[in-house]
Amino acid sequence: MKKVDVVKKILYANEKYALENVLFFAEHKKLCLNMISSPGSGKTTILARTISDLKERIKIGVIEGDIQTDIDAERISRTKAPVVQINTDGACHLSAAQVSAAIRELPVKELDLVVIENVGNLVCPSDFDLGENAKIVVLSVAEGDDKPIKYPGIFAKSKAMLINKIDLLEGGLVDFDIERAKTDARRLNKDMEIFTVSAKTGEGMNDWYAWLTESFKNV
Amino acid sequence: MHETMVAESLVAAISAEAVKHNAKPVAARISCGGLSAVNDEILCFAFEAIARDTPCEGMKLQIEHKPLRAKCRNCSRDFDVDLSMPKCSECNSESFKLLADAPLLLEEIELQTD
Ligand SMILES: Nc1nc2c(ncn2[C@@H]2O[C@H](COP(=O)(O)OP(=O)(O)OP(=O)(O)O)[C@@H](O)[C@H]2O)c(=O)[nH]1
Ligand SMILES: [Mg+2]
Ligand SMILES: [Zn+2]
Repeated sequence: MKKVDVVKKILYANEKYALENVLFFAEHKKLCLNMISSPGSGKTTILARTISDLKERIKIGVIEGDIQTDIDAERISRTKAPVVQINTDGACHLSAAQVSAAIRELPVKELDLVVIENVGNLVCPSDFDLGENAKIVVLSVAEGDDKPIKYPGIFAKSKAMLINKIDLLEGGLVDFDIERAKTDARRLNKDMEIFTVSAKTGEGMNDWYAWLTESFKNV
Repeated sequence: MHETMVAESLVAAISAEAVKHNAKPVAARISCGGLSAVNDEILCFAFEAIARDTPCEGMKLQIEHKPLRAKCRNCSRDFDVDLSMPKCSECNSESFKLLADAPLLLEEIELQTD
């Protein structure tokens, strides 16, 4: 028997493309955000509202990742923002190679910000860097306030969190302790920015917009 | 949940090493970090299936989980984080900064020599 030291990154193929994407965004001086959440927490709704509300201030381009269909790209294109749909054909996360191809289809020079909406999944996308400047995690109140403890990976790695659908808390139809979710997330990630919003009513969205506007100016 | 993809990359990387050394691989040791979303059992199952009819068929996988590390903001020491009870193992402070998690690595391969 002979032992051979290899010490090679197993996901090196992804990392190679992720690094290329980092260089691409740096060269073009564009901010890129990778939006991650479980299915249905409101990523597309937040994005569509953000694009419309900020259209005079920030030009946003979108890469939509879904297992199948172009429903989300359709929704985004109604805002007139440029959008590219990626279908992963069963894969539970986007890969940096897919994003590398997609950014070449976007009019990046005309944009301030590229947002990638990852496949709805709170676990796997956090293992695959896409070359983004920051990950943004969305948690909707209907999912429960224990998610930061149960899925620590994505909460530890995200720069900001949007707690969405806070309109559902009114009338007590959903129990969600916002302070608990914040405390648990900040225990893992002390510097995390946290916004409590409703993408439906628009409540709380202005703080998110202010942070977004500041962030892209600083690239 | 993306264990299939990890298994595919592994089979490719190990097969390449096997060709390079002109020997059959019998075991491999891989490692991952504390935040990694890879399940041992599913990975071994996926690996077994994907390795069929390749030089990796019948190999044994050993998966080492490296603890997540953090730096305490109170006493400045580095410590292993227990995610179910995240606090400094030295001074119990809950104020700390997570250090970069260990990547998924193919560490070592055992080759048959005869
Ligand atoms: N009440 C309420 N509903 C919302 C809010 N945001 C989104 N929704 C609804 O939640 C559902 C899912 O929203 P999407 O924006 O499609 O969620 P998503 O995260 O993009 O979903 P996937 O792309 O499938 O993972 C839709 O029916 C939205 O109308 C909100 O703030 N409040
Ligand atoms: Mg969506
Ligand atoms: Zn300490």
